[in-house]
Amino acid sequence: MAEPRRAVALISGGLDSMLAAKVIMEQGVHVEGINFFTGFCVEGHTHAIREKDRAKPKRNNALWVAEQLGIKLHIIDVIDEYKDVLLNPKHGYGANLNPCLDCKVFMVRKALAWGFMEENGFDFIITGEVIGQRPMSQRKDTMPVIARESGADDRLLRPLCAKNLPPTLPEKEGWVNREELHDFSGRTRKPQIQLAEKFGFSDWAQPAGGCCFLTDAQYSAKLVDLWQAHGHREYELDDIVLLKIGRHIRPAPHFKLIVGREEGENNYLEGYRKQFVSLHPVSHRGPLCLIDGTPGPEDIHLAARIVARYSQGKTAREVRVSVQQPGGEIEEKTVVPLPPNEVCENWHVSA
Amino acid sequence: MSRLETLDTRGLLCPLPVIRTQDKIKNLTPGMLLDVFATDPGTLHDIPAWCRVHGHELVETEQKGRDIRIRVRVCA
Ligand code: SF4
Repeated sequence: MAEPRRAVALISGGLDSMLAAKVIMEQGVHVEGINFFTGFCVEGHTHAIREKDRAKPKRNNALWVAEQLGIKLHIIDVIDEYKDVLLNPKHGYGANLNPCLDCKVFMVRKALAWGFMEENGFDFIITGEVIGQRPMSQRKDTMPVIARESGADDRLLRPLCAKNLPPTLPEKEGWVNREELHDFSGRTRKPQIQLAEKFGFSDWAQPAGGCCFLTDAQYSAKLVDLWQAHGHREYELDDIVLLKIGRHIRPAPHFKLIVGREEGENNYLEGYRKQFVSLHPVSHRGPLCLIDGTPGPEDIHLAARIVARYSQGKTAREVRVSVQQPGGEIEEKTVVPLPPNEVCENWHVSA
Repeated sequence: MSRLETLDTRGLLCPLPVIRTQDKIKNLTPGMLLDVFATDPGTLHDIPAWCRVHGHELVETEQKGRDIRIRVRVCA
């Protein structure tokens, strides 16, 4: 018997890519999953940090999907390469800082490069895209853009809406039967849910806005603020991870406070004390706070008062706050907690 | 005694410890053991799941305070 044809499936962890992979597996094709970690993915991070999220299962949805399907999943670190996608999207941004169309092109191109490496030997790529499902990247006119600009051309098959698109190579060659593919379109989720039931899937992740933080207005506002404050748009993984953690308060353009909101965040921020000036109350229980930027002595004094305001001593006359330099020198300050009405609304970095 | 390799992912958040484990195992041969050291509790879930989908054997996990050690046996 001939070796089965091989397909790489882009697996996001959501239902559509899970169904797309399953549809092709049902046709006897060998499928393996690929998942890209851009640094902005909703997976992981905050789940690991926030106490309130700890009760929820911490599963990685893409891995979970792979396990349900019984396929291998290759997770690829694209943090560095993704910077160019985010900073210079040829097709622009969606409602927030999400460059969805360029992102899709990038991911299909990466999947192609990975899957077509000689030792991997794949024949085509599949995605869970559905025409009309998402306003920016999943439209009738963007489907060919992704196929063309990624270089995948007719080796890119979308099993859930293939019947609404011209036949691709796997269909033309008879590697898959076009008749058994689907013609889903529009924003409705009904056909997906029916297909899930048919396959016996009863549980799947439902990301609200999209698969990454860039679709989130609050997160995007913090990223813009960071770029403005740094005077350039370069970023490191630590920068973008820290935007997911704590309250972000910017009393002046040259410094910003990141104040832990709970135990899990405080523990995580601990790991950054060698990189930032950090403060925490010592006379009362309270948050750990990092200062990003170039604070002067008066700024540090104000920061200490803000930290005191978020501590259990917020109504006390005085709170003692420890200030630690990145080099480790520690100084204690006794300050009056800033009254809540003096923490200006517009200091809070948000949308 | 199987050869034992180690991988330090302390301070990294998921899925990076999984990615590092995957990249490390790519260069190991079947039968070898790998101890992954981590601090993200998510690894206790994700690394075993990754092992299951790739057919590697989870030998044991150990957690002492924040420190986590996950031992994997590389399979073919
Ligand atoms: S939501 Fe994020 S990860 Fe998903 S396509 Fe858009 S930019 Fe890419």
